[in-house]
Amino acid sequence: MSETGTQPSGFNSREDVTDHLGHITPPTTISLQDNTESIFQSIDEVSSRLASAGYLSDNAISSVVYLADHLSKPVLVEGPAGTGKTELAKSVATAAAAKLLRLQCYEGLDESKALYEWNYRKQLLRIQAERVVGSDDGTTQPDDSWSSLEGDIFSEEFLLERPLLSAIRETDRVVLLIDEVDRVELETEALLLEVLSEYQVSIPEMGTISASRIPMVFLTSNGTRELSEALKRRCLFLYLDYPDIERERKIIVSRVPSITTELADQIARIVRSLREMDLKKHPSVSETLDWARTLVLLGIKSIDEQAINDTLWVLLKYRSDLEKAAKELGTAQGGAVENGRR
Amino acid sequence: MLELLTTFVEELREAGLPVSLTESIDAANALHQIGLENRDVLENALGATMCKSHSHWKVFKTTFDIFFANISKEGLTGDDEQISLLSRDIDESGFLRYRQSDSSLLGAKLSSDRDADKMSIDVHDLAKAALDALLSGDDNRIGMVARYAVLRFAGMEPGRPVGGTYYLYRTLRALDYDHLADKIMEVERASAPGGVLSALQERLARDEHRFHIEKLRTAIEDEIRRHLIADRGAKPLARSVRKPLLEDVDVMHASREELEGMRKAIQPLSRKLAVRLGRRDRHIRKGTLDFRATMRQSLSTGGVPLQPRFRSPKPSKPEIVILADISGSVATFARFTLQLLHAVASQLKGVRSFVFIDGIDEVTDLLAGHEDIADAVRLVSTEADVMWVDGHSDYGHAFTVFLERWGECVGPRTTLLILGDARNNYHAPQSWVMRDLRRQARSIFWLNPEPRSYWGTGDSAISEYAGYCDAVVECRSLRQLENFVTELAGNGRLPGGLSVAGSYV
Repeated sequence: MSETGTQPSGFNSREDVTDHLGHITPPTTISLQDNTESIFQSIDEVSSRLASAGYLSDNAISSVVYLADHLSKPVLVEGPAGTGKTELAKSVATAAAAKLLRLQCYEGLDESKALYEWNYRKQLLRIQAERVVGSDDGTTQPDDSWSSLEGDIFSEEFLLERPLLSAIRETDRVVLLIDEVDRVELETEALLLEVLSEYQVSIPEMGTISASRIPMVFLTSNGTRELSEALKRRCLFLYLDYPDIERERKIIVSRVPSITTELADQIARIVRSLREMDLKKHPSVSETLDWARTLVLLGIKSIDEQAINDTLWVLLKYRSDLEKAAKELGTAQGGAVENGRR
Repeated sequence: MLELLTTFVEELREAGLPVSLTESIDAANALHQIGLENRDVLENALGATMCKSHSHWKVFKTTFDIFFANISKEGLTGDDEQISLLSRDIDESGFLRYRQSDSSLLGAKLSSDRDADKMSIDVHDLAKAALDALLSGDDNRIGMVARYAVLRFAGMEPGRPVGGTYYLYRTLRALDYDHLADKIMEVERASAPGGVLSALQERLARDEHRFHIEKLRTAIEDEIRRHLIADRGAKPLARSVRKPLLEDVDVMHASREELEGMRKAIQPLSRKLAVRLGRRDRHIRKGTLDFRATMRQSLSTGGVPLQPRFRSPKPSKPEIVILADISGSVATFARFTLQLLHAVASQLKGVRSFVFIDGIDEVTDLLAGHEDIADAVRLVSTEADVMWVDGHSDYGHAFTVFLERWGECVGPRTTLLILGDARNNYHAPQSWVMRDLRRQARSIFWLNPEPRSYWGTGDSAISEYAGYCDAVVECRSLRQLENFVTELAGNGRLPGGLSVAGSYV
């Protein structure tokens, strides 16, 4: 007790603590109205602007994007492959007229690839140059030159920005996409935490760099592993499942020009049936679109057994899946498998 | 409003969702941003802030539906009297409260309906209306049918502390739910040109209608829930319909749906398990000192061996042998273990799988030959020769035969994984086999689907075997399996965290 008492900042009693804490000004919360004007004014506006960017959203997507904008929180998008997770981030960037910065995650991603790196070659050159100059006139004191040199080589000029840092420092509107975040190890996730919650990056030699303008952040994950609680807590969570039949139909019509609505409807129905089956890999949205384009190219007006037999390999990529689907759809006349191998 | 939210959060936590303080604050902020007008938006907003895992969504949704039932869905129209009867205003404290008058009101309404029924609609009309609504696929019409059917057939009695399953069952039976699909298909066929549908059309139509029928069921469930909330209030109802999260479901008592969910969840888990069990010891072990290389290296420092050199360690090739009990006493667990077996085998080469009851048979090839798990599981249950005398588990005999016939496949690099409840039907446990196996193997783990408190009671021989295992672990739910996998240290041995066999015995 006596020891702590001698320290000027020590607390002497419980009241003292409360007193002190009371005087601490609360940390400046990120208030949107001050720093950033919100991009979207209503949920409907999100939908319509995404639609004009070529992305058909549904209620869940629009609501979450709207909230992300207004609460300035990152969005963690999870779902099976090929449901448009990355596409969503890109489309939001287009809709908001923002620059898209992308960090592709992989196993072994580290600080120097995600945050920043010192350009040490340039730093070396700088030191070399100093030495040459110093030996020429011989006037500068060695101590003096070192501290000035140190301040010099750890400055802006020698800093290499990586996506996270440049998203923070960007003065224009940006959308930051951290793609396939489930690929990095659990430990590496911690790198992201400071950026995601405080929108700042601490560089030991330079201090903390805070965002001048809060970027919109999207993280995508295929769900191959559970992400850490710490990461999830900082994000809004959006699960992107395969679209329902209405939305799928609309997506097909909007993305495949010159397709008839009847054909689009048929495609959507067959794809839905396929997704109900117990397959290794269900057809993704992009594969559905490929199939629709294939059918249009082949000039098929209405899908029958023959058409399915000839083209199912566009949708399904495993032989066992092809066999099973052909059997269940009642089109198994031996054609699908041969086509699958081709 | 805040009160409502905190009660909701409380209920979510009690149901097992890990909602942290920051998350509930986020939810409150979100609520502030979007307001209460639209239920879908509200659901998405609260889900995005508080439900951070897709497997928790179902529990979240059920709870949400109960707590926010009084906020009408966008676009839902019709029968307003009914809605206004059931929808509750949030009172001053903001909490959805049970009011005495409501239940009597509901009771009166129901009984008066019962009288009125005689002149209005009978069963066949309603079944017909259901059929028409389903054929049209119109949400509003389906909703109307559901609403009326519940009022007419559920026979709800106010004040009973039930979750509503019985009401659901009664309503569905009145609508002849099980045969709805067939009836609709008949109509479809009749309207098709020539009265015949091709196989493809048939399949598509069937899927389409199954989807609508599912909708009807959900609508009926919603309707019943609305009545129950009006009757008993949100909180008590939430408690009585609460279900465990998928990862907490007891494997031995899982329903078919839950097993199906587990099957999907087990795939990534088994990959992890396979990697953990088979991980090479790359972090810990350095090779032995390489004297020659060290001397060579020392030449550059004037003959002083500053840096010792080591031989690079031999990469150990992991071998895993799995023995799984598939007898009747662990029937559901056996399905689970077979799925696990199949999943692990498809992840890693060098896995040998065995199944046993009182005989034992190798099923490595059976599992490898079939990519489809359902096929593989069926094949294993029919083709594996696991019966010796009477088809009651006899661990002693199974292990003895295993040691005799396949004993040499267990070597110093082998991890042995045994899945079973060790209910031995009072046969001789032959635990010396385990002792011998322990000497040969690198490690032995036993996953037991029984609650820990039952171990060693009755005919359980687990205590006989436990002494020779590196760990015996209770494994009754996905979470416990996950814990086991997580706790497995990189070198395939367990840290102190788990119950090591010695401490159990």
